[in-house]
Amino acid sequence: MVWRHLVGARIRADWQYRTSFFLFLLGQSLIACLDIAVIASIFTNVDSLGGWSGYEVALLFGLGGVSFGVADLLISQVETASRHIKAGTFDLFLLRPLSPLVHLSASEFALRRLGRVIQPFIVLVVALFKAPIDWRVETALLIPVAIAAGIVIFGAIWVITSSIVFWTVDSQEVASAFTYGGNMATQYPLDVLGVWMRRIATFVLPLAFVAYFPAARMLDHHEPLGLPNIVAWAAPAVAVIAALGARAVWGFAIRHYRSTGS
Amino acid sequence: MRLYVEVARKTFARIATYRQATLAGVFTNTVFGFVLAYVLLAVYRERETVGGFDAIDAVTFTFVAQGLLMVVGIFGSADFPERITTGDVVVDLQRPYDQQAWWAAVSYGNAAYYAIFRGIPPFVAGAVVFDLRMPSFPSFAAFVVSAFLAVGACFAWTYLLQLSAFWLMDYRGPNQIGSFVAQFFAGVFIPIVFFPSWLETTARATPFPSMMQLPIEVWLGRHQDAALLGVFAQQVFWIGVLVVAGRYVMSRAVGRVVVQGG
Repeated sequence: MVWRHLVGARIRADWQYRTSFFLFLLGQSLIACLDIAVIASIFTNVDSLGGWSGYEVALLFGLGGVSFGVADLLISQVETASRHIKAGTFDLFLLRPLSPLVHLSASEFALRRLGRVIQPFIVLVVALFKAPIDWRVETALLIPVAIAAGIVIFGAIWVITSSIVFWTVDSQEVASAFTYGGNMATQYPLDVLGVWMRRIATFVLPLAFVAYFPAARMLDHHEPLGLPNIVAWAAPAVAVIAALGARAVWGFAIRHYRSTGS
Repeated sequence: MRLYVEVARKTFARIATYRQATLAGVFTNTVFGFVLAYVLLAVYRERETVGGFDAIDAVTFTFVAQGLLMVVGIFGSADFPERITTGDVVVDLQRPYDQQAWWAAVSYGNAAYYAIFRGIPPFVAGAVVFDLRMPSFPSFAAFVVSAFLAVGACFAWTYLLQLSAFWLMDYRGPNQIGSFVAQFFAGVFIPIVFFPSWLETTARATPFPSMMQLPIEVWLGRHQDAALLGVFAQQVFWIGVLVVAGRYVMSRAVGRVVVQGG
């Protein structure tokens, strides 16, 4: 497993500059803490948001945050494609007997991103105790399934939206609207969004399947966005479709790639 | 002084060439603006006002804030710290200009460009969908002054963070922490009037509202006459404190610089 060797090398390299590493880790955790502080502040003003109580929103935050954090750790490195294309170093990834995506995400791996997972995980655990969950075998099973599907969906969004830089190299920031913006949107009940945004989050960019539908099922909210809440169990299928889509887009983008240079 | 004006002008011209990046950024700011606006509107479905802000104030705040993000430069910049890390800063130090003033001029050059091309479009996009509050002419003039001061305050803060590159291999950790703390207390995620009162009081005792919250409050016409002068005075005060701190840290840092090689 080349991936393990490359990631191991990255971790050892980061470990050489321990102060920087811990400051960075602290920074990532702090970002996640400020995220929850924003939501907590909102709930000092109101008791419910779009019909969801504070602990119910915490469940959304936890599910979405853990999925996003793991995807951030494993695949967000695809963001650096833009930098490599500009610097002309992207060629390197195409010349190795390894999938360019695996190589890129391994060689830019940063363990400090773990800081993004820890804090949502704590919120998730608290929410599981405090939120009025309809505990059944099925709903308990939905937790790991939703997280796994969420990781894949966020990963797919990262890959698809970052592929755009193969055509317009300076437009990496568009991806942020969908990745970081998507993460923010999953922290809130999608009922609050405008109708057209809800449709996008369900049918185009399947963010609703990351946290919203699974949480609605677990909390027995009827008809989230007008659909029966059993739709939560479509998350794995949606994740598979998203992953296949990402694979196709990335493959197409790579074939389109032309090196810089004179 | 002419030198610095020229630096600002050249920065403006340089950044104007990155059109894709500008478009991508506008898109992202707009998406974030929409999500935040919908979340805040959900709060106003539960109550009429929050901390004196009505729904129109809050949504206007969101879009002005998204437009101001790049103008004040709250994310910081990699240009200066990368010159420190690579050692290029040694060349800069031999030149007959003030480092802090030079980078301030760069910030103001950026700000002028971003004010037009990143500030206006998200606001216009927001105005298409939502009711937004247009300022009276005096309020707008006062807003321009306040935003001008906000650029200075924000620059002085990020410059201070960037100086950490003299001590650490990787300046990005402290930069990220400092930038996020600033964004949180400046009201980027939600206006600080949404905070519980103890947190709002804390926030108002820091330099950060001067970088975003205060100019937008001026836009909304919440400070008139003497109170308006108070806002300007507060901003000037924080610029003074942060600039002096930056000069002190810089003087300490320069004593540490060792030129490698020979």
